[in-house]
Amino acid sequence: MTDKANQQEWPLWEVFIRSKAGLDHKHCGSVHASDSEMAMEAARDVYTRRSEGVSIWVVPSNVITASKPEDKESLFEPADDKIYRHPTFYDIPKGAGKM
Amino acid sequence: MTELSKQDALVQYTAQIADNGLIIGHRMSEWCFRAPAIEMEMALMNCALDMIGQARELYSYAAKTQGEGKTEDDFAYLRDERDFRNALLTEIPNGDWGDTIVRLFFMSAYNELFFKALATSTDAELAAIGTKSLKEVTYHLRFSSEWLIRLGDGTEESHTRVQKSIDDLWIFTGELFTMTDAENMLLTDGISVDVTTLKTPWDQKISEVLTRATLTVPTNDWAQLGSKSEGLHTEHFGYIITEMQYLQRRYPGCEW
Repeated sequence: MTDKANQQEWPLWEVFIRSKAGLDHKHCGSVHASDSEMAMEAARDVYTRRSEGVSIWVVPSNVITASKPEDKESLFEPADDKIYRHPTFYDIPKGAGKM
Repeated sequence: MTELSKQDALVQYTAQIADNGLIIGHRMSEWCFRAPAIEMEMALMNCALDMIGQARELYSYAAKTQGEGKTEDDFAYLRDERDFRNALLTEIPNGDWGDTIVRLFFMSAYNELFFKALATSTDAELAAIGTKSLKEVTYHLRFSSEWLIRLGDGTEESHTRVQKSIDDLWIFTGELFTMTDAENMLLTDGISVDVTTLKTPWDQKISEVLTRATLTVPTNDWAQLGSKSEGLHTEHFGYIITEMQYLQRRYPGCEW
């Protein structure tokens, strides 16, 4: 066992579940666990007890690189005035049906 | 000894399997709001609900076989101490986390073999319950095995304490592999499981997981018996049914 097991708090794991109808794994929460196998058990117990899923991913939270809230303006706001990036200016022929 | 009818034997047998599930399920439910972490609490509650669910199906079948118009509730709430024939192992108090994990591990290792065998019973209802329960028990065994490996191969304190749990609970495991009159009677028709044949594979499983957990398998062969054959329980049992049956005894027929 690594030293991590002796720490007071277990590491945090992010849980992603793929539902029966879904094609992609969606983030649904997190669990504390000593290692990946125990995180998998915990994720099963906490997040799939009402038949929510057919597949589980667990990822150590500390390997996720997240954007910083203070970078919000430079990262996301430049896109706000570029409405032409949405395909809303095309007339869709009736024969094409639903896109 | 009075002659046991086949019908009585089937009722006794079915109820006795149910008793194991109800009592260990009740014990595990005592961890509710008390587990060391929410992940562990959810895991134990899921296991407890699986076991109580198994007990309900079995009690319902026992009541139907008996044909006296009783229900699963009569079996759970209105029988006395001597009528319960659960294995002693299932009624031992929770103790610490290690005690609870070891008890669940011993019982799940047994149940996995037992329900697999019950799934081939000539009694269609018991076979169906065996098949369904096996999926649940496979998870209980994996969960408890993984925990046992981490406790045994964890810190010096967790190793010492969980080894003591194993040594303390060991004397209650032998009873699982004894046969009652009802079991022997139903064996000829292929209804019951010959649990004496489960001892060797059970020993193998225990040895395999304990070795991975760097723990020692006790060599003591002496077994505490009494409950499965005669309903003679440990001193802890009365407290369980006192709590479990209080409401039905105080307010008979009460529903909510």
